[in-house]
Amino acid sequence: MSGTATIALAGNPNSGKTTLFNAITGARQRVGNYPGITVERKEGTVNVEDMKVNIIDLPGCYSLSAYSEEELVARKVLVDERPDIVVDIVDATRLERHLYLAVQFFELGIPVLLSLNMMDEARKQGLRIDRIRLSNLLGCPVVETVARSGTGKKELIEKALAHARERGGKWEPLEISYGPDLDPALAEMVEKIEATDFMTERYPARWIALKYLEADEDVMKAGKAIGGPAEALERCVEKTREHCRKTLNTSPDAIIADYRYGLINSILKQDIIVHEKTQQERIDFSSRLDDVLTNRLLGPAIMIGVLYAMFQITFTVGEIPMGWLETFFGWLGDTATAIIPAGLVQSLVVSGIIDGVGGVLGFVPLIAIMFLMISFLEDSGYMARVAYMLDRVLRIFGLHGCSAMPFIVSGGIMGGCAVPGLMATRTLRSPKEKLATLLTAPFMPCGAKLPVFLLLVAAFFSENEAQVMFSITLFAWAMALLVSKLVRSTIIKGDPTPFVMELPPYRMPTLRGVLTHTWERAWQYIKKAGTVILAVSILLWAAMTFPGLSEEEVAGFEAQRQTIAASVQTEEQQETLLTEIDNLQGQAALRHSLAGRIGTMFEPISQLAGFDWRTNIALVGGFAAKEVIVATFGTAYSLGEVDPEASDSLSRRIASDPTWNKFTALALIVFVLLYAPCFVTVVTMAKESSWRWALFSTCFNTTLGFVIAVGVYQFGTLFLI
Amino acid sequence: MPSSLRTLGVNEKARITSIDASGEISRRLRDMGLVPGTEVKVIGRAPLKDPVAVRLRDFTLTLRNNEADCIMIEKMEENK
Repeated sequence: MSGTATIALAGNPNSGKTTLFNAITGARQRVGNYPGITVERKEGTVNVEDMKVNIIDLPGCYSLSAYSEEELVARKVLVDERPDIVVDIVDATRLERHLYLAVQFFELGIPVLLSLNMMDEARKQGLRIDRIRLSNLLGCPVVETVARSGTGKKELIEKALAHARERGGKWEPLEISYGPDLDPALAEMVEKIEATDFMTERYPARWIALKYLEADEDVMKAGKAIGGPAEALERCVEKTREHCRKTLNTSPDAIIADYRYGLINSILKQDIIVHEKTQQERIDFSSRLDDVLTNRLLGPAIMIGVLYAMFQITFTVGEIPMGWLETFFGWLGDTATAIIPAGLVQSLVVSGIIDGVGGVLGFVPLIAIMFLMISFLEDSGYMARVAYMLDRVLRIFGLHGCSAMPFIVSGGIMGGCAVPGLMATRTLRSPKEKLATLLTAPFMPCGAKLPVFLLLVAAFFSENEAQVMFSITLFAWAMALLVSKLVRSTIIKGDPTPFVMELPPYRMPTLRGVLTHTWERAWQYIKKAGTVILAVSILLWAAMTFPGLSEEEVAGFEAQRQTIAASVQTEEQQETLLTEIDNLQGQAALRHSLAGRIGTMFEPISQLAGFDWRTNIALVGGFAAKEVIVATFGTAYSLGEVDPEASDSLSRRIASDPTWNKFTALALIVFVLLYAPCFVTVVTMAKESSWRWALFSTCFNTTLGFVIAVGVYQFGTLFLI
Repeated sequence: MPSSLRTLGVNEKARITSIDASGEISRRLRDMGLVPGTEVKVIGRAPLKDPVAVRLRDFTLTLRNNEADCIMIEKMEENK
């Protein structure tokens, strides 16, 4: 163990793992994905004297029973990477429940250090924990920590390394007696396993036997693939199960859990915890807060208030840095125009790259602020209450309380982004509810769709902007819920999955934690802008530039210009006429380009919803990224440099175009809201589910959007104009 | 007379006697600490009366009434 050592941080959700991880590693961390498994684990390094220590932050889990992907990941890391030691972070105020995971680590045999976290809170509640005694009874070092302030982290690392050194990488599985009904069966199975070295290079023999008794799908599947004694083991389990059912009316996994808790109780009963205050005296701040925040009447009202406040803050505060970025990209564009000689290269750099990527990066402040607040709500424990309060409603539509989060992140209160929203579906245990959430979350009015709505609302509904924007959000929610009801009762039928969730105690989030989460998510978005959207911007620029006009046509426009220049008029009049020609030429060139041809090709169909060829180009571009829609409109209406934020002039232009009316605008709003998710979202969806579903979503959403848009346009123009 | 957790009113306490479930949900409930002998107290219900929030082992758990149905309890003395 010279040079490097690996420490894995494990523990229940909400035990302060990530806070401790950040406190230990500082900013030196990277987020990595496990191949084949989507749940994230983080890694960071810290130097202790001469040693480089790798710290792995495992996803939070309640048990190693492989109920959720988190548990599977945690187990896989421990077994396959064999870290030198696992530090089990337990919430000192919830010792009994949190030791359940610790017992399973002991049974696995990996060296463990127990970190009693949140000691400050425990002391406040009048809890005294005899850690020396606990350490003796558990047979592992126990340290006290306060992750939020970083107290105890040095001792934790030192003791962890010392204990790992002492054990020298040897695994010593703890053998717990599971009583007269299971012990003989376990012994028999262990014998079979050891005789054939069945999976023993990965797991301890008794642990494998336990997993068989617990009917652990993951282990049993792996065992079946190997063969050997797998069948004999399964027969043995069957026999034991039958015996337990007949004599005790219970199942082996129930007995195992009971004995584990029994063991924990027997340890804790030995005067480990002293309550200095009586139950009555221990004021539980969280439950008092819950009396108000999840109150039957007040709770929902407060929830709406909180969400509305988030929306307000995001936009009022976000406007300021967005303005800075706008100015910066404007300056960058101007500089590039000045440096690069006019021509294709200048056009590529200015219109293609700077405008394209700049438009997307312009949203970074909005996204960062929104995530800042979501991280705050999440870390404070409020998001779990939202899931709790909304579960009953969401269940009606075949969803889960935990679906609320992905919807909100995707833009349920406007201005989100479906990419992190879809990633947030990982908290959903049930594949069916997860899929329904994945398919419907992209309907939300994400930050990229907003400029389109703002543009059209400013052009046609300027007298009641706020109400229209709010109605769009409500419509998005209604569509998301109705469509998920539709898919859950047709193509992804199935019973609802259990909703068993911990309501973590309310906590004041740490600034560091909130900032770290925000940065991680904002960075993901920036990366998307720098890679996919950059590529797409260039592609779109090319599609809107090539093929150019033929020489005769260019010559035709040139001749017109000459005529004007030669005519006897004031300079001002000439200028106006020349601009008009420029516009005409721009229009002709766009119509002639590949994108223009595609737009024109779709015109006969899209006319049903009132969309002309220019709108079609914008919509095709919008598949790449919704931000592109406004930018494309700008180009299509040949206003030259149009920035998605400065939509005023463009919106006037559109408002005065005779081909547009209120219903065209409404139809377009509906279509943009519902049609195919942007390219990056589709890729994310494919990663979270499969390419088949991603493709389905693309086709289904476009069809649905089109049908409703046609309905709105036709109904409006036939009856209301 | 054993009854299910669903019948327990807010602020009432009970002791779990058995878990009438099998498979995944049973394992999940046990992992979360709902094993026979555990004392539980209903501390609230969501605005639409479902799910229910339960206090046990110094933490708060929420579950739906459907899940509460398979947790059999015996009521304990009123303790407010």
